[in-house]
Amino acid sequence: MSVSIVMLAVMATLYASGVYLLLERSMTRVLLGFLLVGNATNLLILITAGKVGSAPIVADGVAPEDMTDPLPEALILTAIVITFGVSAFLMALIYRSWRLAREDSVEDDADDIALRAGTLLVPSDGNEQDSSDSEFGNRGEAAISSARDSARSDDGMAPGTAADGGGSR
Amino acid sequence: MTWLVPLVVLVPLIGAAGALILGKNPPAQRIIAIVSLVIVLGIGGMLLYIVDTQGPLAMAVGGWAAPFGIMLVVDRLAALMVVVSALVLLAVLVFSVGQGLADGDNETPVSIYYPTYLILATGVFNAFIAGDLFNLYVGFEILLVASYVLITLGGTEARIRAGTTYIVVSLVSSMLFLASIAMIYAAVGTVNIAQISIRMADIPIDVQVILHIMLLVAFGIKAAVFPLSFWLPDSYPTAPAPVTAVFAGLLTKVGVYAIIRTETIIFPGPELNIVLMVVALLTMVVGVLGAVAQADIKRLLSFTLVSHIGYMILGVSLGSALGTSAAIYYIVHHIVVQTTLFLGAGLIERVGGSTSITKLGGLLKSAPIVAVLFFIPALNLGGIPPFSGFIGKLALFQASADQGSVLAYVLIGAGALVSLLTLYALIRVWNMAFWRPAKDVEGYESPLLDNVTEAPGGRTVQATRRLPRLMIGATAGVVVVSVALTVFAGPLFALSSRAGQNLEGPSTYVDIVFPGTSESGGIDE
Repeated sequence: MSVSIVMLAVMATLYASGVYLLLERSMTRVLLGFLLVGNATNLLILITAGKVGSAPIVADGVAPEDMTDPLPEALILTAIVITFGVSAFLMALIYRSWRLAREDSVEDDADDIALRAGTLLVPSDGNEQDSSDSEFGNRGEAAISSARDSARSDDGMAPGTAADGGGSR
Repeated sequence: MTWLVPLVVLVPLIGAAGALILGKNPPAQRIIAIVSLVIVLGIGGMLLYIVDTQGPLAMAVGGWAAPFGIMLVVDRLAALMVVVSALVLLAVLVFSVGQGLADGDNETPVSIYYPTYLILATGVFNAFIAGDLFNLYVGFEILLVASYVLITLGGTEARIRAGTTYIVVSLVSSMLFLASIAMIYAAVGTVNIAQISIRMADIPIDVQVILHIMLLVAFGIKAAVFPLSFWLPDSYPTAPAPVTAVFAGLLTKVGVYAIIRTETIIFPGPELNIVLMVVALLTMVVGVLGAVAQADIKRLLSFTLVSHIGYMILGVSLGSALGTSAAIYYIVHHIVVQTTLFLGAGLIERVGGSTSITKLGGLLKSAPIVAVLFFIPALNLGGIPPFSGFIGKLALFQASADQGSVLAYVLIGAGALVSLLTLYALIRVWNMAFWRPAKDVEGYESPLLDNVTEAPGGRTVQATRRLPRLMIGATAGVVVVSVALTVFAGPLFALSSRAGQNLEGPSTYVDIVFPGTSESGGIDE
C-alpha cells in the first residue's frame, strides 16, 4: 500500500494540534481541538484507501487494481456527519455554559476539591441544589434560570438573554 | 426468522420519530415510548428463544451478502443483552413517567425526553446486534449523542459542568475507536467483524497487539475500566435519577460487551490477558475504595459501578469459556441490580430531599417501602448468598481457580475483599439514611420544610412528598427481576454458559456470518 507523505504529514499535524487543544480548559478550544482530531481521523481513514485510482464501478473496462477503494470514503461520509452533529451540540453546550456561568472553562469537581482539602464527608451545596431540580421538567428550574438570566441582563452584561431563557426551554 | 433482527433497532427509532412529532402531547409520547419498548422486549424474547433453540441468526442488510453488505448478527449473547436491556429500559421509563406525572410535567414538559430516551435505546440495541465494526461505531455514536442530551437535560449549571466532562471524554474515546477502525481496515481490508477475525490471524503479532490495545483503550473508556474511569463518578451523579439509572445499568455494559467481542472474536489470542487481569484487579480495588470515601449516595453508587466493572473484565480476561460465561451472567446481574440501586437512590432523594447520607435519617419510619427496595439490591450487589451477586461472583472465582495462575488467586482474594467493602459502603448508606433516627442527624432539617421553601410556584408539600405508585412499582419491578435472577439462576446460568461456549474461539461467530468456512464449531453447537 503506497501512502502519500503529504497526507501523512497533514494528518500528523492535525492530530498533534488537535490533541494539544483538547487538553485546554477553555471549552471553545476543546471544540476546535475536537474538530481537528475529527478531521485528522477522517484523513487517516482516507489514507487507508491506499493508492488513488479512477472512480469504481461507473466506467466499464477499468481493472479493479486501478480503482480507488470506495469503502473508506463511505466511512468518512458517515464520520463527517457524526462529527458535524456532535460539534453543533458542543456549540450549544458552550453557549449554555457561557450564559449560565459567564465562563467557558471546565472547572474541577466540587467534591474532588473537598476531598483534596481533607474534608471527607462534606455536605456540599451542589448536591443540595441538585435535589431541588433533579426532577426534570421541574417548573422551579425554569423560573430560577430565567430569573438568573434577567438578573444578569440587568447588569448590562448580556442584553436579551432573559427573553432567550423562556424561549429555549 | 431473520426479519425480526432489524426490528430491534427500527422499532425504537420509529418510536422516537413519532414521539418527536407528538412533542406537544406528552401522554401520547409516553404511550409511544412504552409501547415501543414493550415491542422490543417481546421481539428480544422471541429472538432469544429462536437463537437458543435453533441457532444464531445473521441478516445481511439490503440483501448484500456477507463481506459486502452490513451484517446484523444475533447470537445468544446479543439476544440475552437485548432482552435484559429492554427490560431495564422499560422499567426506568415507567419510573420516569411516574416521576414526570408527579411533578406536573403536563404544564412544562421536556418534550425531547422521550424521543431521546428511545434514540438511546436504538443505539444500545444497534451496538448489541452489529456484526460490523463500523456499524458498532455508529451504534455507539447514536447512544452517546442521546446520552449527551440526557445528561445535560434541563441545562442547569451543575449538569452542564458534569456533562462537559462526560462529553469530552466520550468524544476522545469515539475518535480513538474510529482511528482503530481505520487502522484495522488498513491492516486487513475489511470492517466485517467475522472477516476481520479470519484475516487477523495472518497479521504479524506486533501489529495485532497495537490494534488490540487501541480497541481496548477505546472500549475501556466507555466501560470505565480503571485508569480510564475517572470521568464516571464526576458526571453520572448530577443527571436526573432515571437517567443516571439507565446510564449506570446499560452504557458501561455496552463497553464491556464490545470488550467481550474484541477478546473472543477479533483478538482471541492470550497476549493481553495478563494486562486485563491486572486492570481488572485495579478497577475493583480503586473503585470500591472511592465508594467507601463517599457521602453522597449517587456518587457512592457510581464508584461501586466502576468497581464492579472489574469483575466483568476479570471474567473476560481469563480467556476461557467458563470465564466468559461467568462474565455474561455477571453483566446481566449487574445491569439489573445497579439500575435498581440508582432508582432506589432516586426514591431516597424524593422522600429525604437529599442524597447525602450526612443529612438523611429516619427514613425507615417515614418510607419503609423504600428501605426494603434499597436493602435487597444492596445485599445483592454486596454478594450475600443466595442472591445473584453471590452466584455471579462464585462463578467468576471458580473460573479463576480453574485458570490457576497466581494472579488468578490474587484476583479471587481481591474480589472477595471488594465485595465485602461494597457491602460495607452500601450498608453504611442504609444505616445512616434509613435506620438511624432523624434526631441523631446533626442540624437535621425536615425535608418537609425544605420543600416549602424550595418549591416556587406554590406547589403544595403533599405533591412533592408523595411517592408516586408508578415509581415504587417500577423499582419494585426491577427488584423482583433481580430476585428472579437468583430464583432462575440455574436456567439463566446454563444459558450464559451456552453463550460463553459460543464465544470460545471465533469459529462459531465466523460460521454464523460465513456458513461453512470453518470446520470446528457448528452453528448448532
